Amino acid sequence: MKYLPLIWRNLLRRKFRTTLTLLAILVSFLLFGMLMVLRVAFSGGVDIAGVDRLMMMNKITIMMPLPISYLPRIQAVPNVKLVTHSSWFGGIYQDPSTNVFEFAVEPETYMAMYPEFKLPPAQMEAWLADRQGCIVGRDLANRLGWKLGDRIPIQGTFNRPKGGDGVTWEFNLVGIYDGNKDVDKTQFLFRYDYLDENRRGQQGATGWYLIKVADPSKAAETAAAIDALFENSSFESKTSTEKAVAQSFANQVGDIGSIMKAVATVVLFIILIIAANTMALSVRERTNELAAMKAMGYPDGLLLTLVLVESVALAVIGGALGMFFAYLITLGGDPTNGFLPLFSLPMRDMIIGLTLAVLLGLLAGTIPAVYAMRLRITDALRRN
Amino acid sequence: MFSFLRQAITVTLVSIRTIPQRLSSSLVAVVGIAGVVVVFVAVLSIGEGFKKTMTSAGRTDRAIVMRGGADSEMSSGLGGPDTETIKQAPGTLHDGERAVASSEMFVIIDLNRKSTGTAANVPLRGVDAPVQIVRPEAKIVEGRMLRFGTNEAVVGRAANRQFVGTNIGDQIRSGTVTWNVVGIFEMSGSVAETEIWCDVRVLQGAYNRGNSYQSVLARLDSAASFDGFKNWLTTQPSIDVQVRRESEYYESQSRALTSLVETIGYGIAVLMGIGAIFGAVLTMYAAVVTRTREIATLRALGFGALPVLLSVLGESLVLALVGGALGGALAYIGFNGYQTSTMNWQSFSQVAFAFAVTPALLIQGLSYALVMGLLGGFFPAVRAARLPISKALREL
Repeated sequence: MKYLPLIWRNLLRRKFRTTLTLLAILVSFLLFGMLMVLRVAFSGGVDIAGVDRLMMMNKITIMMPLPISYLPRIQAVPNVKLVTHSSWFGGIYQDPSTNVFEFAVEPETYMAMYPEFKLPPAQMEAWLADRQGCIVGRDLANRLGWKLGDRIPIQGTFNRPKGGDGVTWEFNLVGIYDGNKDVDKTQFLFRYDYLDENRRGQQGATGWYLIKVADPSKAAETAAAIDALFENSSFESKTSTEKAVAQSFANQVGDIGSIMKAVATVVLFIILIIAANTMALSVRERTNELAAMKAMGYPDGLLLTLVLVESVALAVIGGALGMFFAYLITLGGDPTNGFLPLFSLPMRDMIIGLTLAVLLGLLAGTIPAVYAMRLRITDALRRN
Repeated sequence: MFSFLRQAITVTLVSIRTIPQRLSSSLVAVVGIAGVVVVFVAVLSIGEGFKKTMTSAGRTDRAIVMRGGADSEMSSGLGGPDTETIKQAPGTLHDGERAVASSEMFVIIDLNRKSTGTAANVPLRGVDAPVQIVRPEAKIVEGRMLRFGTNEAVVGRAANRQFVGTNIGDQIRSGTVTWNVVGIFEMSGSVAETEIWCDVRVLQGAYNRGNSYQSVLARLDSAASFDGFKNWLTTQPSIDVQVRRESEYYESQSRALTSLVETIGYGIAVLMGIGAIFGAVLTMYAAVVTRTREIATLRALGFGALPVLLSVLGESLVLALVGGALGGALAYIGFNGYQTSTMNWQSFSQVAFAFAVTPALLIQGLSYALVMGLLGGFFPAVRAARLPISKALREL
């Protein structure tokens, strides 16, 4: 502890150089943080998918419908606790770049399926009372400036209404749901009964089923039992855990995770040699001083430790500030207009970042520290 | 003026010749800048490759007709009679009596990706008999063309490379239908090469679609006939369609992903660049410090402040140039032509493409390296030029 002022003084010896190195480390860890944010955003919620939820879709592809009449049959399968369903509506608000994704659902069972979507009870009641009602996530409402009571026109594409101009669907915004930072708050949910009654064709069809199981350890058997029910029918099904579905989508997008990790590795490697260079320069400048300290009887191990601690301190201060700024940026929310609904920096990645900062400091300091330790007093003093 | 230039060149050459004496410190700047350029070029080559694949499918003398308001084939639908009306539009190329137009259906089937073994959305396109006149660049390179009226299919080159069970002789099952693969086609490396083609009428039956389609792709007399073609179609009271040039359609489909990749690529490059500039500043300051005696001696001999400043900048730019060239070369060797596929959200299906490290990207990378070198060398250069001669010489 008594050496802290010494380390601090050494860091401040060349304020300009220390500042530049600190800034370089800060920027690198800010970038590291942002890369991890992107990795999570692109993996599409694989980490947060519920373990007790299954998703059942048409065996050919998720784009093909399933009959709504399957619902009671799924409900009768053992280990099934709750069943609901959802249909992608595929409508356009103003123009396609607004990225509004609408789903037709059954309000009560859907909200029971996703208890992480927090909707005030009064708004839930309003939704149940209004067939044309819709609810949206907090992020979406903020992005498009929607308020409760707004009337929202959506252009149907493959879903066309029977009445009106044959294109436009009108919804009343009756609720705005919220949730913690891991929850997708960009969905637009409206009532399936309103869709099914008013669309031209496709009556009695839904997109996919969501199933909550009582015992998650038996999820695989339950999924197999459900699929067996509909084998050889004209709508065969494929049931898997929500996690497996999310993973399969992430795989389809491509291995963004690996790309992000590769970039992060390059970034950290560059910052490592910059930091090592700084430490080497500053230790070499101090050759005299180190020799004098040795002459006064400072043990080799202590000098090694002092240099290492100095290096680690620099790296950790820079790293922590960088991660902190990355965190601040995520508080601002998704900057891509709805492309990346999950935009947050997980605690796990913050811890990994800090660990990497400590490692960076140790590695950058090793060579200069060993140099300081091995310094021969006579050589060093004579060299001057 | 001449002596000024000569001075500047001489001093710069001296500083460049002494780089080996400061090798480890100089390497820091070179590696830092090279790293930034590798990442910058590699990330942007994803966007370039995707754009190239998407846009090479589109021609200005072909028009795609979909239902009004549809932003992609996925969300479009056209009745059989509508497609007959569309084929009568003026400006359509004719092959004898027949309009050179293909009424098509676009659906998605699940196939496993070879690389990961996991399911992927693969586009299955039902095409009409004149498809090879509509798309003359589509060439069967293995096997033969499908026979219309049967459940035969031909597979695009990229789809064949990416997905399991798509070789000639394989059977592709989707629901109750089985497609026999009889040929492999190429289409100038475009997005169509990720598709599987079959007879649209067989596909209608298999998917219970009756006599409905999703789009009509028509070949025009010439690119200039487009306006007349479009005006005629959009003023027909019996149909509600939107008409786009094929080239524009694919351009708009690629925009979302390309701009996302560019935003991420530039963002990463700017942040990394700041780090690398700091690294270069540290390197150049160290270089100026170790050369204090030399610089002061030169100044004492009568060399001007500006040539000294330019020499430090010159050294920094040379290091940046080496770093930039190294980074560009590594990106080219490591990533150019790397085959992958991703989801095209507009069509909700896979698009196979190759990373494209284009000359324009390499030049962009090199320019960025020089900017980093210039910014990194500027303050150290000013400091070197301002060095008080007597003090500097006394210090040593």
